[in-house]
Amino acid sequence: MAGKHIVIQDMEKVFKTRSGDIQALTKVNLDIEASSFVSIVGPSGCGKSTLMNLLAGLETLSGGTILMNGEVVNGSETGNAVVFQKDVLLEWRTVIENVLLPLELKNITWFDRKNKKTNLEMAKELLHMVGLEGFEDKYPFEMSGGMRQRVAICRGLIQSPTLLMMDEPFGALDALTREQMMYDLLKIYGKFKFTVIFITHSIEEAVFLSDRVIVMSPRPGSVLKDIKIDLDRPRGINSRKDQRFIQYVDEIRGVFQSQGVLSEV
Amino acid sequence: MSNKMTRSLSVILTLIGLIALWELLCWVLDIPKYLLPTPKDIIQRIFVDWSMLVRHSSVTLVEIFAGFGLSIIIGIPFAVVVVYSKYFSQAFFPILIGLQCIPMVSLAPLLIVWFGFGMLSKVLIAFLISFFPILVNTIAGLKSMEKDMFMLSQSLRANSMQVFLHFRLPKALPSIFAGFKVGITLAVVGAVVAEFVSSERGLGYLQLIASSQLDVTLQFCVIVALAVIGLGLYNLVALIERISIPWYKASRGGE
Repeated sequence: MAGKHIVIQDMEKVFKTRSGDIQALTKVNLDIEASSFVSIVGPSGCGKSTLMNLLAGLETLSGGTILMNGEVVNGSETGNAVVFQKDVLLEWRTVIENVLLPLELKNITWFDRKNKKTNLEMAKELLHMVGLEGFEDKYPFEMSGGMRQRVAICRGLIQSPTLLMMDEPFGALDALTREQMMYDLLKIYGKFKFTVIFITHSIEEAVFLSDRVIVMSPRPGSVLKDIKIDLDRPRGINSRKDQRFIQYVDEIRGVFQSQGVLSEV
Repeated sequence: MSNKMTRSLSVILTLIGLIALWELLCWVLDIPKYLLPTPKDIIQRIFVDWSMLVRHSSVTLVEIFAGFGLSIIIGIPFAVVVVYSKYFSQAFFPILIGLQCIPMVSLAPLLIVWFGFGMLSKVLIAFLISFFPILVNTIAGLKSMEKDMFMLSQSLRANSMQVFLHFRLPKALPSIFAGFKVGITLAVVGAVVAEFVSSERGLGYLQLIASSQLDVTLQFCVIVALAVIGLGLYNLVALIERISIPWYKASRGGE
């Protein structure tokens, strides 16, 4: 299954609040190739989450258009999966029931035994892939933060997405777990080859994972820099020692410095 | 587990100790039986009047169950309406909160005028008094869904019925059960007070009769029966809670 090709044209987003309008995004133009891994980095409040929410159909555009595989997005497209910063697992469902939730909401499992069995197998396979075999019948409260986020990723993957959107998915995890999750995500990406839009505020994370890093300006958010990451895949621990990796990180950090987002004094 | 057993053992031992102390004080201070009977007197009396106590208890129990059941049957759908209807939440709910400030037992004499001396008036008082905590807690529970969870439901394209059944309602269950626990204890109060006002049967009635005959021992027997009923019903609700939402108690590291 190939990933989605996404084109964003003149995207605008204005939030209306009591104290006036807030321009969250302005003139965002992007062309995201099918099956590419694109990270969006930017300072807090730059509208990167808003950008993702617009793509996911969780917010409505104030202007501009989004095209997915050439068609204008209207909120009814399939194949989009979202992973949030919080795992948002349903505490009353076991791990496997959480993974199966998207299918259950599509009414696939209820009346069809045969589907139910294949779905169950698919869910088990996904959990196995992220190293959670044997945890199927545990409740979320019995698991650590990293394990919970893995379940949330499986819940995304079971929708057989062609576009996976992740909003700072590892932001709440400790540094080591976070690094492990990156390797796991790359493995998953290598296997499924969907399009990934990855929101983060970690420059290293963005460079390490992506084919392309989009740097956003502070509010109102717009594309400040679009950097192609030319590092060999598959990537691993050694990719971080690559001279080019360090250069890319420096380059992006430089962009933030020039914007006054980062300063030493 | 062993920790839990030590705890319940210490509770039981303390209780026995206190009862023994009571018995001892009655002996040492030579308190007359018509003022304060000893635990032994009370236990003996319970055996003597066992069938009478059971008869009146069962009347009160039926009133409690009917009243409590009504407040669940009416309270939960009502809470759903309040949460989903703008009119109800804006105009009707504040009035209900205001009504809640009326001590429900003060309505007992009125309800007895309207609905007679029979069981119905008692059921209604038990209902009225347990209705509000169930309603308010259910509303709070149904409103407790966080924004993140709503976003998830939207990203999965859940329709509003699915949002209710798969997200809102299960999320509200712990809060609903908290309402049940308050409600069931209040239903006991409601039924007994209604019987105090006017009745021909029930533990409240028995209590009044015993009082008018200066039969303090029988009064204590009624109190014991009410304590057993109150404690038993509360624990029954707690047990149903543990069975139906195992993920909740456990996720908070036990009680």
